[in-house]
This record gives sequence, structure tokens and C-alpha cells, in this order.
Amino acid sequence: MLISQSVQEKLINEINEHFQDALVKHEVLYDMFTITLKREAVAPLIRHLYNHEEFKFKFLTNLCGLHYPNQKNQELGLMYQLHSFENNYRIRIKTFFPINDPVIATVTDIFNAANWMERQEYDFFGIEFKGHPNLKRILNVDDMTIFPMRKEYPAEDQARKDKNDIMFGR
Amino acid sequence: MSKKQTKEITESTIILPEDIKKEYTILNLGPTHPATHGIFQNILKMDGEKIVEAESTVGYIHRAFEKLAERKAYYQITPYTDRLNYCSAPLNNLGWHMAVEKLIGAEIPKRVQYMRVIIMELARIIDHIICNSVIGVDTGALTGFVYMFQQREFVYDIFEEICGARLTTNIGRIGGFERDFSPKVWKKIEQFLKEFPKVLAEFESLFVRNRIFMDRTIGCGAISAEKALSYGFTGPNLRATGIDYDVRVMNPYSSYEDFDFIIPVGTQGDTYDRFMVREEEMKQSLSIIRQALDKMPEGPFHADLPEFYLPEKQDVYSKMEALIYQFKIVMGENDVPVGEIYHAIEAANGELGFYIISDGGRTPYRLHFRRPCFIYYQAYTEMIKGAMLSDAILTMSSLNVIAGELDA
Repeated sequence: MLISQSVQEKLINEINEHFQDALVKHEVLYDMFTITLKREAVAPLIRHLYNHEEFKFKFLTNLCGLHYPNQKNQELGLMYQLHSFENNYRIRIKTFFPINDPVIATVTDIFNAANWMERQEYDFFGIEFKGHPNLKRILNVDDMTIFPMRKEYPAEDQARKDKNDIMFGR
Repeated sequence: MSKKQTKEITESTIILPEDIKKEYTILNLGPTHPATHGIFQNILKMDGEKIVEAESTVGYIHRAFEKLAERKAYYQITPYTDRLNYCSAPLNNLGWHMAVEKLIGAEIPKRVQYMRVIIMELARIIDHIICNSVIGVDTGALTGFVYMFQQREFVYDIFEEICGARLTTNIGRIGGFERDFSPKVWKKIEQFLKEFPKVLAEFESLFVRNRIFMDRTIGCGAISAEKALSYGFTGPNLRATGIDYDVRVMNPYSSYEDFDFIIPVGTQGDTYDRFMVREEEMKQSLSIIRQALDKMPEGPFHADLPEFYLPEKQDVYSKMEALIYQFKIVMGENDVPVGEIYHAIEAANGELGFYIISDGGRTPYRLHFRRPCFIYYQAYTEMIKGAMLSDAILTMSSLNVIAGELDA
């Protein structure tokens, strides 16, 4: 899945040329070339790569939220994974932002598939996508007040004693 | 007697179709409707029998796998993957094992890879059997379904012989298999390869050139290639629109590069094309299984991975090291390396991806499943707009949306 060294360099040059200071870092994680960007640049860059004559990243494979409570002012994050069928390039784009300001531009105007993917990340991480046509909870109940995939909500402790459940036992 | 009054016909008294006040009906299809094969709710705005607008609600069987997985050791997550696409559970299991093996950097023997290919292709066949025979049921032909399901049962017998379970299989282990295939398994696979093509040919003769079936499915629920790409379609549904994307060819895993097979594509992206693509894929899967059987290499049935693969029971009783490993594996106390991986396999419905972030602990720090159903099901409301209600049912079954994979 890893793209070659020359393509990686070309991609970095492309980003530096069109989006100054947007690139935070780039690395190869196992078999995927990963770029970390500032959040303002994410949606414009994805659109740029979508329309790009050579790269043609026309497919959004995956989108998922991340939460690192210990990163000061960079607690929440998003991971986008793009795929160019024609060249068989796969890249991963990451971005991080503070938890009290979890707003990022939507990519639903580029990919229809992003609609539910973004709703899912809103549902679980509380990331707000600016410009999303229908941003509401998708898998959880509508009147839920928390964002359950955040790390401050641990999955239930198997050994907890405060529940008295006669029917199913504990 | 009063004189009957005749009204003069003027232009103002003629009622034109657009003057009739339209009344729409709201129809709540689901969440538990027998025709939708799963828990999906669609609220349809109907004009007579035509769908004007639709809105789907999902999440009725959401079980928070991604959250649960953050507490579980890697080998304990395998049974959760069973419950994603439960029509072809072995595909999910083996995909998960391969993802973990990629993370820990394990080298898998050729024999294990070939055995996996056989199981994965069998699972693909039984998934396509469900989808295609249910398309038949939804068009009113129950006969094919019954005969095809007999074959599906037979594949379940093979799985049972390999791992002891039928539907939610939990097949294999990280690093390989718990035991080699027994002679009975090899015999049964051979028997399946011999018998299934006959049933498939019979099934095709019932449907493929059947006038009623063709009238019913051609042009029903069509989607263009551009739309399908934008909506994130993968698998047979994308290939039916004419795009030959297949993970097995694009990013081969588990030695798929050793096999010779064709990616069938359609042209229209309608229900008939999806049906035909799945039919052809079953034949290709049979050919892959045949090749794997013929080329099956000798060797061990598991990788040399003492930290993740359970030792022989005899050794556990007699060797200290094996006992320690057994204890650590069962308690899930083996740390995996820090890393971040994405592993994709071609599941029966499309690209099934596992995105794992490991911080070096016993459990994944973050796990995300790329579920093909969840991503392409959002196109459904657009695909059924303007169609008849009965076509909407047919479109859903031809997309092969599985509730378990949709909601995870």
C-alpha cells in the first residue's frame, strides 16, 4: 500500500507549494504514507488532490475520529484516508485540534460518502463539521448527551459491584 | 318535476391533472419489516405507490464494538468481528487476524495463506448465495432459494468441521489455525467443488434469461459509476457499475497474487448487473479454491509466534516456557508494538478495513472498522427516489445490506 519515495516527495512539494505552513509533519507508518496538517488546510487540500491531474484521489476510503487526552490543545483529531484508483496510491491525512473548539470544515461537498462518516464521528467524538447538511447523531439515540468514544468514558468495568442485577447476575 | 339543469362545459370546469391536490402518504417501512431482512427503518413519502422522498434511520443494533475493543486483548476481539457481516463471518475473522499479524510483523507460512484463501472464498460464495437467492425471493421465486440454501448449509458443515462453529465462526487464530484441516474437510471441499457448479447452473437457468426476472430487475435501483464512487461503493456493487476495483488485485494479501482470476464488471449498475456480477464471482471463487487445492504447499499450519499463538497442550504441562506463554496469551498480557496500521480485505460486500492504533499496551488504543455496508447504504435513499415500493425492497436486497455490519 506504500507509495514510492518519489511520489511522496511530489506530494510534499505540492502541499508546500499550494498550502504554505500547513504541513505539520509527514511520516511512513507501517505501509501508509501519513501527513499531519493544520485543520484549516484539510478540506482545501482534499479538494485539491481530488481535482489534481496526476494524483486523482477520487475515493474516500475511511474517516475516523481520534482522542488523545494528554496532548495539550491537540486533544481531538481526525484521520482521513484517500485512495486513487488509477494510480493505486493510498495516503492518510491527520489533523488535530483542541477539544473545546472541535470544529472542522466538512468534505461532504467533495464526497457524498463523507455524509454518514462525519455524522458518525460527530456522534462519537462530538466533532462538529462546518457546512454539513444534516449533522445529527446516527448510531446512538438522539437524546444522548455525551460523546461516548472519548477517553473519559471508559467501557464498563467487568468487576463493578454497584449494580444489582438479579436476572443476569454479575 | 323540476327541469334537469345541464351545466355548460367551459374551460374553467375542466380539471387538469395538475389541479388535483396531491396528497402524500407517509409510510414507515421498518425497523422490523419482514421484507427488509434486517433492522432498517426507512420513512418513505409516497405518492400512490411511488416513492417521492425517503429517509433512513440506522443504529438499531449498534453494539459499540469499537469502544468494547478498547478493553479487550487482540485475540478477544475476533468474536466481535463475527458479528459484523454475519453472513460471511470467516472473512471478517481472517481479515482481523491478518490486520493484527501486520501490526506485530508476523510472517505467515504459505500453507496457512492458502488455507485462508480457501476459507475466504467459501465464505464469499455463501454470502453471494444469500444475496442472489434473496433477490429471487423478493421477485417472487422461492424455488432457487431453497436449492441454494442446501449448498450454503453444506459450506456450514465444512466450517463446523474446521472450527466447530457454523454461523459466528471465530475461525482460525492470530498466526494461523488451531489445527490442520482434517481429511474430512478436504473431502468435503472437493465434494462442494463438484456439486455446487451443478446447482449454480440450475439456479442460473431459473433466473438469468427469465423474462419476468429480467423485466423486474433491469433498470431497477441503478446508479452511475461516478455516483457510486462518490458514495464510497466497493465490492460487487461498485463493480456492477463498471469499475474494476478489487482489493484482492489492487493490494493483494494472503497470497492472492498467486491465483489467476477475473474481476467481473457490469455496465448499468442496476439490480440485474449486481446479480450477474455476484453470479460470476461465485464461479471465480470456485476456480480460486480449485487452484489453491492444487497448489497447496506442505508446511506448518501456524506461524512461529510463541507470544501470540497458544502452545501445544502437552508442552504446557511439561515445559515452563510454554506454560508462561499459555498464561500470558489467555490473560491477554502480551504487549504488541506501538504502531498504526490499516489493513483492507475484499469482503463479500466490499472493502472491509481495520484501522488499528496501538500504543504498545495489551489492547488497541483505537480501533475503527471500515464497514462497506455503512458507507454505501447512505446512497439507498437516493437510489429509490422515484421508484416503486416493491423496487425499493429489491434494491435493498441486491445491495446486500447486512444490519450487523451497518451498525457495528
